[in-house]
Amino acid sequence: MSYELLRLVWWALLGILLIGFAIADGFDLGSAMLLPYVARNDLERRVVINAIGPFWEGNQVWFVLGGGAIFAAWPALYAASFSGFYLAMFLVLAALIFRPLSIVYRSKLPNPRWRSWWDWTLFVTGVVPSLVFGVAFGNLFLGVPFAFDGDLRFHADFSLFSLLTPFALLAGLVSVAMLALHGATWLSLKTESVIGHRARLAIPVAAAAFALLFVGSGLWLRALDGFSIMGTLPHDGPSNPELKTVVQEGGGWFANYKAQPLLWLAPVLALGGAAVASVWRTQRILAFIASALTCATTIATAGLALFPFLLPSSSQPNASLTVWDASSSKLTLEIMLGAVVILLPIVLVYTGWLYRVMRGPVKPDDVAHDPGAY
Amino acid sequence: MDIVALSRLQFALTALYHFLFVPLTLGLSLILVIMECVYVMTGRAIWRDMVKFWGTLFGINFAMGVATGITMEFQFGTNWAYYAHYVGDVFGAPLAIEGLMAFFLEATLVGLFFFGWNRLSKVAHLIVTAGVAIGSNFSALWILIANAWMQFPVGAKFNPDTMRMEVADFMAVLFNPVAQAKFVHTVAAGYVTGSMFVVSVSALYLLQKRFRPLALRSMTVAASFGLASALCVVVLGDESGYTASANQRMKIAAIEAMWDTEPAPASFTLVGLPDAPHHRTDDAVRIPWVLGLITTRSADQQVPGINDLVKLADRKIRNGLIAYGTLDKLRRDRGNAELRRELDAHVADLGYALLLKRYRPDIEHATDAEIARAAESTVPDVPVLFWSFRLMVACGFWFIALFGAAFYLSARRRLDRHRLFLYAALLSLPLPWLAAELGWVVAEYGRQPWVIEGVLPTFLGVSGTSAGNVLLSLIGFVVFYSGLAVADLYLLVKYIRLGPDATIGHPVAAPGLVSEVVA
Repeated sequence: MSYELLRLVWWALLGILLIGFAIADGFDLGSAMLLPYVARNDLERRVVINAIGPFWEGNQVWFVLGGGAIFAAWPALYAASFSGFYLAMFLVLAALIFRPLSIVYRSKLPNPRWRSWWDWTLFVTGVVPSLVFGVAFGNLFLGVPFAFDGDLRFHADFSLFSLLTPFALLAGLVSVAMLALHGATWLSLKTESVIGHRARLAIPVAAAAFALLFVGSGLWLRALDGFSIMGTLPHDGPSNPELKTVVQEGGGWFANYKAQPLLWLAPVLALGGAAVASVWRTQRILAFIASALTCATTIATAGLALFPFLLPSSSQPNASLTVWDASSSKLTLEIMLGAVVILLPIVLVYTGWLYRVMRGPVKPDDVAHDPGAY
Repeated sequence: MDIVALSRLQFALTALYHFLFVPLTLGLSLILVIMECVYVMTGRAIWRDMVKFWGTLFGINFAMGVATGITMEFQFGTNWAYYAHYVGDVFGAPLAIEGLMAFFLEATLVGLFFFGWNRLSKVAHLIVTAGVAIGSNFSALWILIANAWMQFPVGAKFNPDTMRMEVADFMAVLFNPVAQAKFVHTVAAGYVTGSMFVVSVSALYLLQKRFRPLALRSMTVAASFGLASALCVVVLGDESGYTASANQRMKIAAIEAMWDTEPAPASFTLVGLPDAPHHRTDDAVRIPWVLGLITTRSADQQVPGINDLVKLADRKIRNGLIAYGTLDKLRRDRGNAELRRELDAHVADLGYALLLKRYRPDIEHATDAEIARAAESTVPDVPVLFWSFRLMVACGFWFIALFGAAFYLSARRRLDRHRLFLYAALLSLPLPWLAAELGWVVAEYGRQPWVIEGVLPTFLGVSGTSAGNVLLSLIGFVVFYSGLAVADLYLLVKYIRLGPDATIGHPVAAPGLVSEVVA
């Protein structure tokens, strides 16, 4: 496989891992966000927590794997984005530290204040990462102020608050609405009676909010300057982000869509999924698949617009990281591709087994009488 | 404090903290497999209830291990961005494969371990438990392959076009001899921790005369597993020392506070008072020959002392400076093949030249005095290593004695007859954690000033972010982690005091009862 093709494959794999995370852990985050609304007493809250209880741990690994894959396949992107978005990453980390414990520790003591503290923690650790991921995506379109020195040492020149621009916050809300929708279709599938009913009431609200925000951010994007590479950058050259010229131009983020109209399928499917989920919300499995499709195609919409950029630099555009100059060596990409091809199907097999064994809704009676339940 | 000190402090604190939970996960998961095997083979319900009870304690600990482990993986990017860029091509791969092969397995199946009791057959549930244990242990393998590469960076080459290290031979990275010794040493330390946890809690119950059947059976399993593991830790610790002697001679010399090269075979300093500023060890008690025999496995090879190794570092810095100068020329004239040959001849010592960056940015103009300082900076903190190592080894021998006694008593069926033994077992509970943390100090603090031995100095690896950010997140971690440590310990103590009956929601089955009768 040529270096160029390997880089393309790894760009696609990066997207697949992000989509895997959004679909798998997205419903955990969404369920946590909906907790105060769908569950009004202790037993109802335990039902919701046990609806994600057996799954969240494996789901969260998509995120860890995403981080590991970026490290291995796009080390420059890993270094620049993680250190650049420093405090935003710290917020996500803090959420990922507290969330597991709010699921596992909450029901281990009967004290109502203990339980109420962890309930709020679970809610906050559902909202914060969802918002931050969206804000991070929004900032990719705006470009981030960073540069490299002669040793290719990365220097960022921004703070957490400079990331919170109106457009980025809008993107953050798109992400919150999308994951709330996905959480609602999951809870509709995994819970019964009053909780399931409330979840189904939330589906059209979340879907409408998502559609509005998604279209709104698309319209706003037309007014923003996009990035593009001037001249030719060899697709199989060394991974050194200092060897190219990059310019900014109005509406540039739509260049890929203009060149290949078939790409419009991604945003259309994102809206279509939200529509299907709310219209056929009583078809519980169909609604869940539809919201999963929305998660996948929303990420694809953003990724296809950005291509070949991974992390554009607003202060020194030439230093932007792209698919063609921020990857690992050819050998490492080959080795890692081999590892993914062999191991990912195995992961999918036992993950599928977990969902099969734990199929069916969570019943309040089971939760109340199982000492192993969360 | 500057960003380097803050980043190092943050990494040390979060790694030491994470490593409070990992060893117990490693050991307890395998003990659960052993207990569940007995249940599946005999059908006796008490063994299932044992798995459920110890499994609950396992779950409380596991959640903390997962939560604090994510911090570690992301910290390479947030706080060590230049490190991530410089070696990510090599170092990232084992981390990513760890996620794919190991972390996914344990994290996915742990849900089934807790929720699957009534949904899976006996054998299927045993497979799930075994999957969690295999996942945890494979996770340790990949992390230690990555870590071993930091100690012994094999199979990689500097690429002047991308200004970073790149993989040249992945098999060499994979089958790094340091990784193999470290893996067995580390997981065996985890097994000792798990065994000690079970032995100590069981000893508490026997002292209180509560839950005797469960405590006796648990202690029997943990005693034999613990004895085998404790022997393994010490033997593989020795193997670690042997492999380290080939590539980290400075670390070995520092652990032994051996300032001057002795005639072979070198003597082993049992105790003494290392005096780092004056390069001497006072009041040393030495055992002839032992060090030379352990580290070289021969009677005639020399073990180099610190003073000679500093002189060697001086030569390597001067050689590295040639590589650095050539690299600078090459950046302005990328096609020049002669410069590339020149670089290849000296690039092995490029990292040594980078040590000078602590003293001046334009290192090609370094003075002899600065080169001497940089060479001296290759000596790690001798007294800390000297004492950490001795304390760790003393713990190791105590574990062999304690598990040996437990094994003997369980074979004679007299585990609950000797209160002195039970108190010793109870009070030894913190020691495996102490030993594991000390081992981490010896391995990683002893690697200083390098983050990648001989390739990249630690102070160069940090991010280009502000020190204020690092301080803020450090304070955040200290506050969060302290709070979580309280919650974690509180839950563990509470469930241990409640005991197995209340924990699993029904009385533990009587010893003779076969599970089908209950069902």
